[in-house]
Amino acid sequence: MPQMTLVEAVRDALRLELRRDPRVMLLGLDIGRLGGVFRATDGLQAEFGAERVVDMPLAEAAIVGASIGLAVAGFVPVAEIQFLGFTHQAFHQIGPQVGRWRQRSRGRFSAPLVIRAPFGGGIRSPEFHSDAIEAQFVQTPGIKVVMPASPYDAKGLLLEAIRDPDPVLFCEPDRLYRLHRQEVPAGEYTIPFGQARTVREGDDVTLVAWSAAVELCERAAAQLDGEGIAATVLDLRTLVPLDVEGLVRAATRTGRVVVVHEAPLSAGFGAEVAATIQEEAFFALDGPVRRVAAWDAPYPSAALEASYLPTVARVVAAARAAVRS
Amino acid sequence: MTASPRRLAVLSMTGRLRRGQRPSLDDAQVREGLELMLLSRLFDARATTLQRLGRWGVHSPVEGQEAAVVGACLAVDPGRDWLVPQYREFPAYIHHGMPLAGIAAFFTGHPAQGRIPDGVRMLPIQVAIAAQLPHAAGLAWGLRRQGGGAVVLAYCGDGATSEGDFHEACNLAGRMQAPVVFLVQNNGWAISTPRSLQSATPSLALRALGYGFPGVRVDGNDLLAVHQATATAVARARAGEGPTLIEADTYRYSFHNTTDNPAAYADPVELAAARRQDPIERVRRYLTQRGAWDPAREAAVRERLTATLDAAVNAAARLPPPGPDECFDDIYARPPARLLRQRAGHGAPSEA
Ligand SMILES: Cc1ncc(C[n+]2csc(CCOP(=O)(O)OP(=O)(O)O)c2C)c(N)n1
Repeated sequence: MPQMTLVEAVRDALRLELRRDPRVMLLGLDIGRLGGVFRATDGLQAEFGAERVVDMPLAEAAIVGASIGLAVAGFVPVAEIQFLGFTHQAFHQIGPQVGRWRQRSRGRFSAPLVIRAPFGGGIRSPEFHSDAIEAQFVQTPGIKVVMPASPYDAKGLLLEAIRDPDPVLFCEPDRLYRLHRQEVPAGEYTIPFGQARTVREGDDVTLVAWSAAVELCERAAAQLDGEGIAATVLDLRTLVPLDVEGLVRAATRTGRVVVVHEAPLSAGFGAEVAATIQEEAFFALDGPVRRVAAWDAPYPSAALEASYLPTVARVVAAARAAVRS
Repeated sequence: MTASPRRLAVLSMTGRLRRGQRPSLDDAQVREGLELMLLSRLFDARATTLQRLGRWGVHSPVEGQEAAVVGACLAVDPGRDWLVPQYREFPAYIHHGMPLAGIAAFFTGHPAQGRIPDGVRMLPIQVAIAAQLPHAAGLAWGLRRQGGGAVVLAYCGDGATSEGDFHEACNLAGRMQAPVVFLVQNNGWAISTPRSLQSATPSLALRALGYGFPGVRVDGNDLLAVHQATATAVARARAGEGPTLIEADTYRYSFHNTTDNPAAYADPVELAAARRQDPIERVRRYLTQRGAWDPAREAAVRERLTATLDAAVNAAARLPPPGPDECFDDIYARPPARLLRQRAGHGAPSEA
């Protein structure tokens, strides 16, 4: 089985879909000639042509809005927004238009499109590039929100996203793009949405995360292991749909939960996780669900990143506190 | 400052062809246009009354703008072209195949019955100003890729041209040589904001220059001028020559919508002047002079249109109220389990 990085897994999925389905088109900024600022689409324009892998004018609302029109014309658009922080420039086209497209037309039309967007901190990128605003899209019904954390998942979830009849926001953790290699099947496979992944199992505490924070939790779990605390790491994979059963199962098993995300604390998706667990598994809990998140501050400049993002130390401390309670 | 483009005009107010102009529609087609315009005005009156009675929702009348809407839609083929509405284009929806009963149902709050039937090549009306324009550009681009020569007619208002989506859509359409006609109804107003406060440009049509395609200005109260300009634009688009922007100068006779109070801002002198340019009266005179229209014929047409309207309004009134769970319909093809649970009547597990 080939070894792939996360960005290679994304590219592999895109290539397979472009080959399989002539309706699939990629559109985004600098994705053709350059192959994308992270090279996620490297070589695809050469293979599939400039009509299917399209270098777009610099206009995010048009990239998303045109994708709706292309879908009506029978295409399956996979749009890349160069960084999730620039979905603000398309925000009015995503929630109110893409998300409501099927319902506004009473099922006459659908928007089976994917919006891919790299995001996340820790790579010293300029302002706005790191913003983790995934929770904003959970408040826009009609859209599925997918947050892969590994090469294997990135490929399987992206293949699922492109084939899913509903619109999908697919957030790619740029910090993990080239961090690890993993065995990834060469052919096609899909991972269904709404099924959390148990990354590792332990009976003392559950660390819940998605995207790059999963990697953080794995490091925290390894350290906790050395202290005799056995942690489960649960990767939600998709925020919409949410695997409520998987969350409840893990929370019930360990009785203690820490939810970790790189987005600001207040009204981050961790709040939804905490609320869901206290509603569905209150009596299995040994203490409050704890949250470790970024501060309620704008994403800072590079020299301050380390003190802004949640750290292994903070996750470990929260897990210890949970176990002691 | 760049001069405003010359305004295309074909019919004088007395219903005569202007010097050197020939009609781009034959008499039967102009009659079809006049009937659509008459239906539109009847519909405005009925929708306004029903809204006042509390039976229908908010309505944005077309009154005064009928030639701008109808002249354009007569230039596209409902059998293969697409219509992308804003919301003030009622007669165009009818021409494109949307059933009157569906529109009536929509106004009573029955969105399910208001569904655009399969095969009717029209997008839903758009309430977020200008948001339909990137869709139109993408749709036209997709149609070009499909081959087949289909064209998109996209409507918007003068206010919409100030939005970023207008710019992004025009720019993309130009870059993709997308077969789309952007028809701007410059009705003088965006709610209470006059055209003069929207932009310093002397003509909205001038903007096209910056996108690399033609912009033309027409007398929007002149059915034949609007049709001629749109037909030319459609022919260009079909031939693979890309988009056109048309600014149709017209005037909103009535309120912005049934919640508005134009007395607070509109100039009665300006309105009276606009009413003297009435688009329907102009076509009536034109056809009458050609022996293709007379009062008896109009009376018969009105009677038929009124009966059609009555039937649609009554059918909509007889619809049973929608079920409370219809708000869950058509959100997803594959809804999340959580949503299905809510549909079954359960809020958050902690609610009860
Ligand atoms: C994005 C957005 N902003 C504000 C509104 C509220 N609004 C509804 S209609 C309208 C004016 C639109 O003017 P114009 O595009 O000229 O069209 P008209 O109503 O004159 O036909 C406004 C501001 C809206 N619907 N959408």
